[in-house]
Amino acid sequence: MQPKIIFKVAVNSIMKSRMRSLLTALGIIIGVAAVVVMVAIGDGAQLQVENQIASLGTNLIIITPGTSTTGGIRGGAGTFNRFTMDDVEKIKSEAVLISGVSPIVQSGGQIIGGVGNWFTQIQGVSPDYLEIRSWNLKSGEFFTERDVMSRAKVCILGSEVADNLFPDEDPVGQQVRIRTIPFKIIGVLKSKGQTAVGTSSDDLILAPSKTVLDRLSGRRFISSIQVSAASSDKNEAAQAELKSIMRESHKLEQGESDDFTIRDQSDLAETATETSRILTILLASVAGVSLIVGGIGIMNIMLVSVTERTREIGIRLSVGARASDILIQFLTEAIVLSLSGGTIGVALSFLITYILNNYSDQSAYIKPEIIVIAFGFAGAIGIFFGFYPAKKAAALNPIDALRYE
Amino acid sequence: MDNVIIKTVELSKTYKAGEIEIPALKSASIEIKKGEFIAIMGASGSGKSTLMNLFGCLDTPTSGEYFLDGQNTSKLTKNEYAAVRNQKIGFVFQGFNLLPRTTALENVELPLMYKRTNHLKDYSTKAKLALDKVGLSDRMHHVPSQLSGGQQQRVAIARALASEPSLILADEPTGNLDSKTSVEVFHLFQKLNDEGITIVMVTHERDFAMFAKRIIEMRDGKIIKDVAVKERLYAAEELKKIEAETNAE
Repeated sequence: MQPKIIFKVAVNSIMKSRMRSLLTALGIIIGVAAVVVMVAIGDGAQLQVENQIASLGTNLIIITPGTSTTGGIRGGAGTFNRFTMDDVEKIKSEAVLISGVSPIVQSGGQIIGGVGNWFTQIQGVSPDYLEIRSWNLKSGEFFTERDVMSRAKVCILGSEVADNLFPDEDPVGQQVRIRTIPFKIIGVLKSKGQTAVGTSSDDLILAPSKTVLDRLSGRRFISSIQVSAASSDKNEAAQAELKSIMRESHKLEQGESDDFTIRDQSDLAETATETSRILTILLASVAGVSLIVGGIGIMNIMLVSVTERTREIGIRLSVGARASDILIQFLTEAIVLSLSGGTIGVALSFLITYILNNYSDQSAYIKPEIIVIAFGFAGAIGIFFGFYPAKKAAALNPIDALRYE
Repeated sequence: MDNVIIKTVELSKTYKAGEIEIPALKSASIEIKKGEFIAIMGASGSGKSTLMNLFGCLDTPTSGEYFLDGQNTSKLTKNEYAAVRNQKIGFVFQGFNLLPRTTALENVELPLMYKRTNHLKDYSTKAKLALDKVGLSDRMHHVPSQLSGGQQQRVAIARALASEPSLILADEPTGNLDSKTSVEVFHLFQKLNDEGITIVMVTHERDFAMFAKRIIEMRDGKIIKDVAVKERLYAAEELKKIEAETNAE
């Protein structure tokens, strides 16, 4: 028989017993919808985690001072601090795999302004810093390179600082005193909430690096350097590049160990992604069980159908159908049933995902490949569980089948 | 040999029911020529249905040989059997055996769908032609439950005709029909026979056997009588008589 006719015959006999077909397909509908939604929830969670990691700074690379060795006695991390603005300048002019670089000049102090005072940390950074950390401004604007060069007394408040000192008004344009020096507030950071490790990244003040270096800390060295790689796949190459620039900048001889440490966020990202991946597998396997149960439902109904349609099989055989024609017909019916069940299931999962995303806190995300996989599964189940009943139908003897009452 | 459509040599069939062997057909040798109209008669259990099943390639003999259209069927594979059923034979059953909830047209299309040699693109045209032949072209979109017994049997005959076979096998084709409808069916058979189609049918009633050209009688799995019909009845005339009777009443 031509494929078109086989398909037509299969669809015809499915449509002739609509209720039964619907009930049969229901197992697959629920199974496929469950698998897709479960995986979508897992992927949604993964995406959330990834976004959170990204909020720590996309492709963030942190260079911190290394250890010092004095007379054979090794100090801990940060004991040897030799980072200067020259290192930053060298990275800025020589590194090509990065999109931004900023020194971090740490300082702290009492801030006075608005309704009172507040103790917080002050970070001297470059204009790139906002982009490096992928932070956003709530209001105002960030300082420029010119502000850095002129050691301008301008600052950006973290949202927590802003809320404490200026609870009822927009701080932009106001003044605060950091220790004794007056600074003009030119912007406020958007609240980022708690970080993954529980500290608040809202409780700080950002100011131009050179301003902090010369006017507040009074030191020559900077605490660390933060760099963002041009893209996540260039992260490792960028680290290698930075390493050689830093070694050159610090005039380290061959064989001499690094006096700095380069770290990125990949460890943290890996752990978090792994966790949500396990969650996805767990959810999908629970849903997979229901898909198999749906398949058994199909086999059950197809077996009943073979018995019920014994006479039909006899008639078909008597007019010249081969055993293989009968096999293919029943198999096609099972596959058509499970694939249409799969289609409805996928449609249903889109609906559920839409509801989850719009009317609940749970975010779900359907990856295109999961639809393909769900369809493949539905088809495979149709073949697997449809084969035995189809084989049984094809093995019937025409006379016995015709005599069957 | 050319004009012989069916030839059996010592054809036997034994059914096994557990340990017991039931001989249903014992060494039957028959020759049927093209264009014949045969009525097989006999009590139930006489082996006539077994013979029909063997004729129709629905069953295989225990021993003996069966030549259909010059072809020795004992050497055929299962799939070749199916092809023979599809192209050379048209079946008409007592219980009509139409697919339920399927239109008359689709039922008639059935054997054409399984035709392998030269795929028919437009098999519904052929099916419509067959339905036209049995006078049911106005009912082709009706399902069996919307048709009378006589109409259902005519759909079944159209199905048997669809693949243009040279042989029609009818197993008590009028067993479920009243006598007037039966005569109408025989009228159709005689018309088809006049067109050159060989017909072999099983019947219980001697009156109906008289519509055939030759009667084979069976008892206990053996052919006991094989005679030509001397005073053949013609269904067209019988129908006129029946109509006259009903008008007289």
